[in-house]
Amino acid sequence: MDIGLNALIQNIFNSLSLGSLYALIAVGYTMVYGILRLINFAHGDIFMMGTYFAFYAITIFFLPWYLGFLVAILITGLLGFSIEKIAYRPLRNAPRISSLITAIGMSFFLESFAVVVFGGIPKSFNVYPKFFSDIILIGQSRIPLLTFITIGVTFFLFLILWWILYKTKIGLAMRAISVDIPTTSLMGANVNNVISMTFVLGSTFAAVAGILWAMKYPQVQPYMGFTPGLKAFIAAVIGGIGSIQGAIVGGFLLGFLEIMIVGFFPSLAGYRDVFAYVVLVIILMFRPTGIFKIYSEQKV
Amino acid sequence: MKRIPLKINLILTIAFLIGIYFFLSNVSVLGDYWSRIVTLVAIYSIMAVSYTLVNGITGIFSLGQAGFIAIGAYTSALLTLSLQQKEMSFFIQPLIWPLNSIQIGFLPATIIGGLVAAFFAFLIGYPSLRLTGDYFAIATLAFAEIIRILIQNLYGVTNGTLGLKGINPYTNVWWAWGWLLVTVLIIGSLKYSSYGRALRAISEDPVAAKVMGIDVFRHQMMAFVISGFFAGISGALYAHWITTLDPRPTSLGVMLTFYVLIMIVIGGLGSITGAILGAIFFAFVSQWLRIFESNITIFGFTIPGVPGMSMLILSVLFIVVMIFWRRGLMGKEELNWQKIYNFFKKVEVQNE
Repeated sequence: MDIGLNALIQNIFNSLSLGSLYALIAVGYTMVYGILRLINFAHGDIFMMGTYFAFYAITIFFLPWYLGFLVAILITGLLGFSIEKIAYRPLRNAPRISSLITAIGMSFFLESFAVVVFGGIPKSFNVYPKFFSDIILIGQSRIPLLTFITIGVTFFLFLILWWILYKTKIGLAMRAISVDIPTTSLMGANVNNVISMTFVLGSTFAAVAGILWAMKYPQVQPYMGFTPGLKAFIAAVIGGIGSIQGAIVGGFLLGFLEIMIVGFFPSLAGYRDVFAYVVLVIILMFRPTGIFKIYSEQKV
Repeated sequence: MKRIPLKINLILTIAFLIGIYFFLSNVSVLGDYWSRIVTLVAIYSIMAVSYTLVNGITGIFSLGQAGFIAIGAYTSALLTLSLQQKEMSFFIQPLIWPLNSIQIGFLPATIIGGLVAAFFAFLIGYPSLRLTGDYFAIATLAFAEIIRILIQNLYGVTNGTLGLKGINPYTNVWWAWGWLLVTVLIIGSLKYSSYGRALRAISEDPVAAKVMGIDVFRHQMMAFVISGFFAGISGALYAHWITTLDPRPTSLGVMLTFYVLIMIVIGGLGSITGAILGAIFFAFVSQWLRIFESNITIFGFTIPGVPGMSMLILSVLFIVVMIFWRRGLMGKEELNWQKIYNFFKKVEVQNE
């Protein structure tokens, strides 16, 4: 095999793993937007908090890594629940811009909180088991095991999400609420519980993405959530915000775009972060509803 | 309540301006540190007033203000830096012609900084203003990030991540407060002109405004460009106040937009005087809260300082204001003598 093909295989796996992470975060954005029409600006910071929880669960409380990750994911879910309850619920009937500003404030709060409590200096995230970085050879391309784990975990979580949305009562309520809140509440669904559940679900997904992200780029710092969060939001917009399939497709599209452009034009590496924003602007100009808006009955 | 006659209103205003003049000419009494803060208050106020023109008065929610501030800051700094300093700083890639051979005065550099920022506001506004609501917010945020990443990568123009150093500290109390006066006069008279009424109509209901024959796009664009101009001015003043520039997200990036947003939310979205009060509040409180970031000794015990504490407290305050007190200090209204008179009258009545 020649080098070009190896590089291509490598890039494809990189894109898949980056795309999975974007998709995992984007799902949280899109679910909240689908229900509340709110851009949950703090979502990227919830992602950041998830990685810190995992880091401290393992380094301070000496939990084994699998338990530490699980605890971190649950605590992050709880965090999402409390944020909705404290900051967003009082403003549910306020003008939409007010909730957006509150969400920005929440993001700002979580970042400052992380600086104060966890410290502003980046920490090395070396708490995961060493075999995650084992190299697996595909042809002659060297792919770390973590890449496969990332893709596998993402796939598994999306199966669970599908099961929740389409096979459980709460999933039915979520889909109903995204169409019409008052009618759904007349049908006997507890709207507040369903919205809380959406936040919990989105936050746990963000925590999983955060932990996977921190293992991929082994570092945690208080502002690490901003750029991935913004890009995942862009992924959600590309797919058509409000649509879950859209968020997943958008996440993978964005992952491929970033890795492939830099793969083929290495001189553009410094502008890697710009691509997502440019795509966003183009999408907003020409098709603001994104790819998947046509299936409006499937958004959550 | 009794209306204050125009004559007294004018006299009070002139007296107020003279009072400010005396305060500013004696500000050096407060010492170097506090006179710098007083200057910063004016710079923050210009940022806040220009931001409130878009986010408050016009009612479109932009998150791109830091981009325009950064453009103004970099443009003016590149124009006033001395040639030796430029040669010294740009050691990775030399500065492109013609910037490497010109050095101009502070006032023209500031104005050019504002004009370049206004031009970018036009370029960004043209596509973004076709969007509404949170889509507009995200698009402007994306543009501000694009600007920041360009600054970070264009080594031949901006010196990239190394940033600019040794900018002449031209900004003093008079430049800053002078420009604030200009900003308030222009944006204030805009708010109460027919354009301003159109803008407020748009902020209430764009569709109804359109039906009344207001060209929504053109009015929003005008507000956006004027706001970009003054944001650029504030950036130029800021650059020559802080004397070093770098494109980290925490200095000229999205954080700065958040800070200005805090100011105008606390002051009341849509109020010019509110924006200034918010800026004063932000500047002093964030300075004052620094005591939590250094070690405090009480009765022999030393409480270690926590870096970042001031921003944590401010962010909590910000959320509390949004939840419980959404109109902020002033709401959409302006502070004037009538208001102050009414306020004291009310206190008097309550005391009787």
